[in-house]
Amino acid sequence: MINKSLKQLGAMLQGKEISSVELTQEYLNRINRLNPEINAYITIDADKSLAQAKNADAILAAGKGTALTGLPIAQKDIFVAKGWRTTCGSKMLEKFIGPYDADVIERFDGAGAVNLGKTNMDEFAMGSSNETSYYGKVQNPWDRTRVPGGSSGGSAAAVAARLCAAATGTDTGGSIRQPASLCGLSGLKPTYGLTSRFGMIAFASSLDQSGPMARSCEDMALMMNVMTGFDERDSTSLNRPKEDYTRDLNKPLAGLKVGLPKEFFAEGLSADVAKVVQDAIAEYKKLGAEIVDISLPNTKLSIPVYYVLAPAEASSNLSRYDGVRYGHRAQEYTDLMDMYCKSRAEGFGAEVKRRILIGTYVLSAGYYDAYYLKAQQIRRLIAQDFENAFKQCDIIMGPTAPSTAFKAGEKADDPVAMYLQDIYTIAVNLAGLPGMSIPAGFTQSADGKRLPVGLQVIGNYFDEARMLNVGHAYQQATDWHTQMPEGIE
Amino acid sequence: MSLNSADIKRIAHLARIEVNDAEADATLTKLTGILGLIEQMQAVDTTGIAPMSHSQDVTQRLRDDVVTETNQRELYQSIAPAVAEGLYLVPKVIE
Repeated sequence: MINKSLKQLGAMLQGKEISSVELTQEYLNRINRLNPEINAYITIDADKSLAQAKNADAILAAGKGTALTGLPIAQKDIFVAKGWRTTCGSKMLEKFIGPYDADVIERFDGAGAVNLGKTNMDEFAMGSSNETSYYGKVQNPWDRTRVPGGSSGGSAAAVAARLCAAATGTDTGGSIRQPASLCGLSGLKPTYGLTSRFGMIAFASSLDQSGPMARSCEDMALMMNVMTGFDERDSTSLNRPKEDYTRDLNKPLAGLKVGLPKEFFAEGLSADVAKVVQDAIAEYKKLGAEIVDISLPNTKLSIPVYYVLAPAEASSNLSRYDGVRYGHRAQEYTDLMDMYCKSRAEGFGAEVKRRILIGTYVLSAGYYDAYYLKAQQIRRLIAQDFENAFKQCDIIMGPTAPSTAFKAGEKADDPVAMYLQDIYTIAVNLAGLPGMSIPAGFTQSADGKRLPVGLQVIGNYFDEARMLNVGHAYQQATDWHTQMPEGIE
Repeated sequence: MSLNSADIKRIAHLARIEVNDAEADATLTKLTGILGLIEQMQAVDTTGIAPMSHSQDVTQRLRDDVVTETNQRELYQSIAPAVAEGLYLVPKVIE
């Protein structure tokens, strides 16, 4: 049962083969057994989850169930949920109990889904390995000595280890796609503005976007139907008609023009990952796709641009943690200024502090034009690269990350090396485009472990239904996405 | 642009984060690496390019000037570090 998709589990619930309470309890039992090691969840509240499940069973019994009714879904601990501890991976919010629901939480609740718990993450979503979490690192289920990626590392590990049927993530520079790649699951970052940021703890507001992480594109389409939609409480939410993201799942791919950016296959990409990605592209040719060589000349600049814009926005967003209204307050201080400085020094971890300092520096008097303005200008060049590319192709493909999962501790002390993990994903956030990672195969590590590789699929604005179609067709022809790590039975 | 430990302390003060000397030195090394990465931008000619803040051509929405929030002071203050009689407590600011 733990290998079943949301779609299959939903059918079992509707067919009364199992109840939501039974299904939720099964996952809670697995979490009790496996989470002490994997550490994918920060907070579990069985009473709350089971109460939701019981409620879902009543809805199902009344014949009023919809696609996600009764299905246990894990929520990244970045979403404020009423009555749930919401930490964002930080000591700063260790005792923060959500006083309201994020829009995404409201939507899943409204659809009758069960909140199975809050998943581990890099502190304030700043990281690519889940090692900056105050609540401890997360194991990659494929090799427990390796990282799951980040920042949605807990969500990725939970889906991969069958500790939930699906999970939510958020993606500012690759935080859904890179962990999806490293843990062998499907993850989608929608077009900026499609999902509401209300109640999603802010990191870099012009880049942050939530999306689904699941075992298949079909499951992600069901989640997108619930997660997306206009929300007047988010000033950047887009007011567009609701879409059915399952509508194109079964379209044939014949004639699909797939662009391969030469910059995504250049220096820095590990040879075994390149091989897996090339094999996936060969599979797409078999499915009728036409391959076009394209160029995204400013790809390399996306990292410097991101490490100006994201820290700048973060330094501003995180100024709210002052130890006055909520969050950590230092025990001892001499005056108000000292209370601010000590509370923030104690409440934030090293990587978060670094990014606040970078952001404060690039926004400080005299440097705005040289850094922030310059970065916003290059951001436009990066977006124009994609605009030009989409004149030649329907969809862009390449690797999601330059390598497979790395060992815990390997890059923890070298921020610049860690930042390069996101070389293929960041430009998508800067341009506001949708990006997806799907399992495309495995490499073999030196110590004999199979490590998943993700294929990145980048679409034009609002082209998520087509991307899910592209992913679903591949998942009908291959079985990479159904494979299961050893030792989690 | 190269930074020194005094710069780190000045920036940290602007950011309201206390750093001691040892932390400032350790932070300096890491920040220098990151700023080196950022410097790559300076080689790009951006003359005449309009800065981009949002991918879609959108403007801020306006709404009617009506009350949309109800008073939930007790709920919100239940997670505050220090409150008394409905007020948030901070160290004395005015002598």
